[in-house]
Amino acid sequence: MRIRVGHLYPDYLNIYADRGNIAVLDRRAAWRGHELVVDAVGMGDALRADAYDLIYVGGGQDREQMMVARDLAGKADSLLAAHGDGVAFLAVCGGYQLLGRGYRGFHGEDMPGVGLFPLETVAGDRRMIGDVLLECELDPGDRRTLAGFENHAGRTRLDPGASALGRVVAGFGNDGESGFEGCRLGRAIGTYLHGPLLPRNAWLADWVLAQALAHARGNEDAEPLERLDDTLEADAHAVSAARARARGGRF
Amino acid sequence: MRSPIPLAVEVAAARAAGGLSRLARTGGGTTLPGKLLWKLDPGAIDRLAARLPLGSALVSATNGKTTTAALAASILESRVRLAHNRSGANLVSGVASTLLDAPRGTELGLFEVDEGALPEVALRVRPRAVCLGNLFRDQLDRYGELELVAERWREAVRRLPAETRLVVNGDDPQVGDLARDRPGALVFGLDDPRHAQPELQHAADSKYCVACGTAYVYSAAYVGHLGDYQCPRCGHARPALDVRAREIELHGLERTSFSLVTPEGSRQVELGLPGLYNVYNALAASALAVALGASLDEVVRGLERASAAFGRFERIALDGRTLLMLLIKNPAGANEVVRTLVAGAPPRLAVVALNDATADGKDVSWIWDVDFEPLLAGLERVVVSGDRAAELALRFRYAGFDLGRIELVPDLERGLDRGLELTPGGGELVVLPTYTAMLALRKIVAGRGYVRPYWEERAA
Repeated sequence: MRIRVGHLYPDYLNIYADRGNIAVLDRRAAWRGHELVVDAVGMGDALRADAYDLIYVGGGQDREQMMVARDLAGKADSLLAAHGDGVAFLAVCGGYQLLGRGYRGFHGEDMPGVGLFPLETVAGDRRMIGDVLLECELDPGDRRTLAGFENHAGRTRLDPGASALGRVVAGFGNDGESGFEGCRLGRAIGTYLHGPLLPRNAWLADWVLAQALAHARGNEDAEPLERLDDTLEADAHAVSAARARARGGRF
Repeated sequence: MRSPIPLAVEVAAARAAGGLSRLARTGGGTTLPGKLLWKLDPGAIDRLAARLPLGSALVSATNGKTTTAALAASILESRVRLAHNRSGANLVSGVASTLLDAPRGTELGLFEVDEGALPEVALRVRPRAVCLGNLFRDQLDRYGELELVAERWREAVRRLPAETRLVVNGDDPQVGDLARDRPGALVFGLDDPRHAQPELQHAADSKYCVACGTAYVYSAAYVGHLGDYQCPRCGHARPALDVRAREIELHGLERTSFSLVTPEGSRQVELGLPGLYNVYNALAASALAVALGASLDEVVRGLERASAAFGRFERIALDGRTLLMLLIKNPAGANEVVRTLVAGAPPRLAVVALNDATADGKDVSWIWDVDFEPLLAGLERVVVSGDRAAELALRFRYAGFDLGRIELVPDLERGLDRGLELTPGGGELVVLPTYTAMLALRKIVAGRGYVRPYWEERAA
């Protein structure tokens, strides 16, 4: 099966290994006989979000985020419609913030958001930097842990009733106080866990792939993918999780 | 503010602490005295620096500051007596320790300074010259964002005394721009488009115009975002170069040669260091030395005499084999190491070691921004080691490197031994460690009697 990915602003939003996440999706799709086709969607490019099965938005610094925010907001209608049609989303750090309603940066600059995720972000004085461990339950009864690293000035507040990606076991999370991290809305995931999020959390890579495949096939429900030998991935996950438990950030 | 304790007493107490640290074998004793002095009286550093008759020069950059400072020292020490933090202890405390250790008769301070510590050191030391090399993404878990470091540098430059000579790399848009409102600034850069990359590397950082945000057009991109750039919209471009390298020749892993062009004339330089990045380091050192009044002949002699700075590039004979150790610490630096290795004799085996202590960066995501692929293309086998060895294994696995050819040996000593075991007698083993992995590996090798610990070398 062909899985079409729209990678938004790879020239601007790529501060932490975003291409690593794409590489993981690509290989894990290929190992199951699927082909990942990735289009770079840049500044000023017309976006037909419904031409994709997965939209990926990476992280950037405030300066790069400023540069893309208006352009991205101009693509909001297409993105919202695509989400409604079952296109999967994975947004990391800066991309996560901009898929919310907006981001007020460190110098008070207001950046418009897409308005997909029911949340708002305002930069605080102290950055939240460190290892993170989350506990997630994306499908009822299927509890998993996510291990990663966060580095953000933004405090993200979810609207009442919105679903977080996970509960913070160690680290700061969305705002350093709510005890939650990220946002999940149907097939869309937003998170501050940057860098090699997917390599050391292979289950999430497969979850995202399964959602994208469901869209590609026109299915209502995502089907689980066949299992792979993830010994190394589990090793990396264990070390990262132990780091978060030992030195995850807190105020 | 004057401390109630006389400077001489503080200095004696702090020096004694350094001796204790060495005796206790806790380390090189290179920063403890400085830390103590700073605690006792932060202003003491200012007064110690003010005693130096020829003042001080600072060198900072994300990549190459140790090598640049070592090259500059080699040029300058033929004429003046230096206080130089050559062990690489480059925070305020390291500068303080070096000042404390300086013997009577020391004339000039030459300090490599951490990017984050530059504003404070510059404020205290009131340097005669400041040489700024480059800003790449590095240890963002410490600095937050590259842009924040750039902002602190801009502020630090604004606060420099008017008579301080600024030396900048014009090929880095953010750094070159610091010279704009600084009359007398000396700008250096490469001038040999034959060595340009076909395209900007993935890890290129400052590729958008500092004035208007439009993507620069590069007529030559040399290392990361360093090159000859121009903004197609507002015209912001690389400043005119005062000190340039032309007719650059790269001789594999061994050396480089180039024509050094300065306002005082041109000279041919044969540098015993490999890679384009070391040409940048040599240019930075040359420009700084010229700004401090060195003659061109002194510059060339100093450059040619210099050897690689501690651990950045060294070969160690071990068990009938040679260990070639190359520090990797961030995408731009690691890319150059890879480029240089591949341009020489591409290795078929490598040990790559990743730690995640504070000095390495706790965030290991940077390994995904390194272009390891050209190296992997020639490798038959890779041993991954260090505390985060599994992350490296995944980096290579998802680059398409066959799992069966990746050996996961987190323990550094065992990783090294496995590499040696796979290296035929008389052969060379390439080891690419991050900072604390490099220190640990050196200690292991030193324990077997092959290299001296760096604090002994420093005294030698």
